[in-house]
Amino acid sequence: MTEIERVNILVVGVGGQGIITASDIAAQVGLDLGLDAKKSEVHGFAQRGGVVESHIRWAPSVGSPTCEKGYVDVLVAFELVEAARWADWLKPDCIVLVNHQRLDPMSVNLGKATYPDEDELLAALRARAARVVVVDALPLAEQAGNPRTMNTIMLAALSSVLDTDPEVWRKAILRRVPQRYADVNEVAFALGREVAAS
Amino acid sequence: MKVLLSGNEAIALGAWEAGVQYASAYPGTPSTEVMERFARYPGVRAEWAANEKVALDNAIGACFGGARVLAAMKHVGVNVAADSLMSVSYTGVPGAFVLVTADDPSATSSQNEQDSRRYAQLAKFPCLDPSDSEDARKFAGIAIALSDRFETPVMLRSTTRLSHSKSAVESPAPAAREFEGLPKYDRTVSIARAILPAVARRRHPEIEQRLRDVADWASTEGFVQGLNHVEMRDTSVGIVTTGMAYQYVRELLPDRSILKLGMSYPIPLEKVREFADGVDRLVVVEELEPIIEEQLVNAGIEVAHGKDVFPICGELTPAVVRAGAVAAGLLDVVSMPDNVPLDIEVPERLPALCPGCPHRAFFYNVRRYKRKAIVAGDIGCYSMGALPPFEAVDMLISMGASIGMAHGFNRAGGQESAIAVIGDSTFFHSGIPPLASAVYNKANIAVVVLDNRITAMTGQQEHPGTGITLQGKAGEHIDIAGVARSLGVDFVEEVNAWDVDAVNSILRKAMAHEDGPAMVIVRGACVFTPYFKHQPIMHVDPDKCVTCGMCFNVGCPAIVRSDEIYETSGKRKTAIDPLLCTGCSVCSQVCPVQAIGRAE
Repeated sequence: MTEIERVNILVVGVGGQGIITASDIAAQVGLDLGLDAKKSEVHGFAQRGGVVESHIRWAPSVGSPTCEKGYVDVLVAFELVEAARWADWLKPDCIVLVNHQRLDPMSVNLGKATYPDEDELLAALRARAARVVVVDALPLAEQAGNPRTMNTIMLAALSSVLDTDPEVWRKAILRRVPQRYADVNEVAFALGREVAAS
Repeated sequence: MKVLLSGNEAIALGAWEAGVQYASAYPGTPSTEVMERFARYPGVRAEWAANEKVALDNAIGACFGGARVLAAMKHVGVNVAADSLMSVSYTGVPGAFVLVTADDPSATSSQNEQDSRRYAQLAKFPCLDPSDSEDARKFAGIAIALSDRFETPVMLRSTTRLSHSKSAVESPAPAAREFEGLPKYDRTVSIARAILPAVARRRHPEIEQRLRDVADWASTEGFVQGLNHVEMRDTSVGIVTTGMAYQYVRELLPDRSILKLGMSYPIPLEKVREFADGVDRLVVVEELEPIIEEQLVNAGIEVAHGKDVFPICGELTPAVVRAGAVAAGLLDVVSMPDNVPLDIEVPERLPALCPGCPHRAFFYNVRRYKRKAIVAGDIGCYSMGALPPFEAVDMLISMGASIGMAHGFNRAGGQESAIAVIGDSTFFHSGIPPLASAVYNKANIAVVVLDNRITAMTGQQEHPGTGITLQGKAGEHIDIAGVARSLGVDFVEEVNAWDVDAVNSILRKAMAHEDGPAMVIVRGACVFTPYFKHQPIMHVDPDKCVTCGMCFNVGCPAIVRSDEIYETSGKRKTAIDPLLCTGCSVCSQVCPVQAIGRAE
């Protein structure tokens, strides 16, 4: 494990994917690791079916609660095309963690836009980032016993690429999720760790 | 131990710690969570009001009785409350009065980017601008103390970024507290609580003096208490900043001298002058309007850069402040390699009505009447009726404006039928007076109330139509149909929100109705309420789907394209996402070939 001193994390996806909860947990982990942490997102009009972005920053002392465009260290994308949407926010040597899920926006369903070719999209991301980790979070979450644990799978993968103490993450997740879902989240966390490590 | 709190949660905590015992609010992004959080503290009475003016008046009455009070609203809500706000500044307050307002730079969830600090100037009371959650908590306490000491209302002004960011605060000590209630009404206090012309004339010079006294306090006590502070470093440039902008400044320009003003109006002029004298040139970094910059310029203090490089429009971000700092010569240009979009066309992803949303069948129907009718919309989730695939809202201005606009269009000789579309919470907010006016003037309009039994857009808050209080307890439920009938509306019909044909036929009748307004109440609970009934999900029979695309006209996120191609058209067939579908069946009702049915 490496000692992390500062990191800018951008979590993106589509409203309803559990991004806000995941970001709350990731920010708490920053505090639990002994750093200062802030997080920020916009609620409201874009809530459902729209684009969601959540910023998490860890440092000895954090000023801005949002990342600066061009300075994101880790992009966690819960949906394929959303990873591409935020690519210009990335640092050249960043890590991209992308959920292998495609959610067609209304513009695509109505035939007004096309969804990019998946291979081209991933190739473009690989050309941009230092490392791209593709996670099949939905089938893994179903394997864990509840599709809504998708965000725990993504957090587990994030804990792995950041090379931080998994115990801190596991505890932060269990403090946040309802007690009756503790078991499925434990399983999901273990599955996510495995996948990101392989 | 430190915990992460949002700016809104921290304001609620600080207000409670400062002894606020009564609070009233109307929900509005980004201010809503202030009241939701405050209501959970012991020994307080907290309420949702029907609108922001009612919330403010509630708070004024409680304060005039001697209580420490808080009213919370979003920036445009202050417009609704402005009438009372101007006058309560004149009367002054015997208890303590904090108005929490949350502005929305970049209008992420609002109709405009107005800067509430202008209201503080207009009404002549102080405005505090916290820059993180610890500030928010502390400033709530300072606001109460200031109000108490100077008998003035105080504005505690947040922004979307502060309200919805979380940062660390010292974990609060849990404490029990009993609700105290008001003392016997004290008629001997010096405060003139009944504003009449003679009182206003007498009070005005006293208000001017009060502002000067507050500014003096800000110059002395304001620094002692940490509301304002100076960070002296390199003296070639001094930066005056406030609110969230301070965070960007301290991070991007760590070597510069900073004067952080926690009170952006009125500013502590003598201290600012001292700071200006200690540096070679002064730069002001603030979001939206040049409130501080204008105060400096008016006082004859030279400002080298302000709104010339830090824009009035839009939210300040690290990137925007960096660009401004470069333009002001405070930073060298740092080249950012590769900071460009990918060479991939990314499809637009606009927000959409949720799967199962009770507004869907109405907007699907109303788009058929584009030639015959205009739709005056209102503020709520149903504002999304303006977006594809419906594009069925022709006018949209402010809360409650739909009925008045439809009325005006009709009475001015509009050639099309006028339909007003308003939600249940918005109807109680400001829909009743325009309905009375429409009855009185015999406006031939169709008023459609989309009654989803909740204030949905802001995250499901209760209101007078739900009959449930902020604490989740049973209150009085007010029936919208009964209200309309009692106002003299003689056509009032209710219809099941998910019955496409029934909504259509009742809408036709309402549009044909003459001699005054007709009301249609489209009843169907929001999918996030406990009243919404999930049903067995829908399924597309791929052997029947002819890819006509009708189902996409209901704009449901659960309706997607499958990988199976219909050979005749070469298009991908429809499929339904089983994780998203709620079984509302609106899609199956519009499918011309009955390809959509309940999944087995």
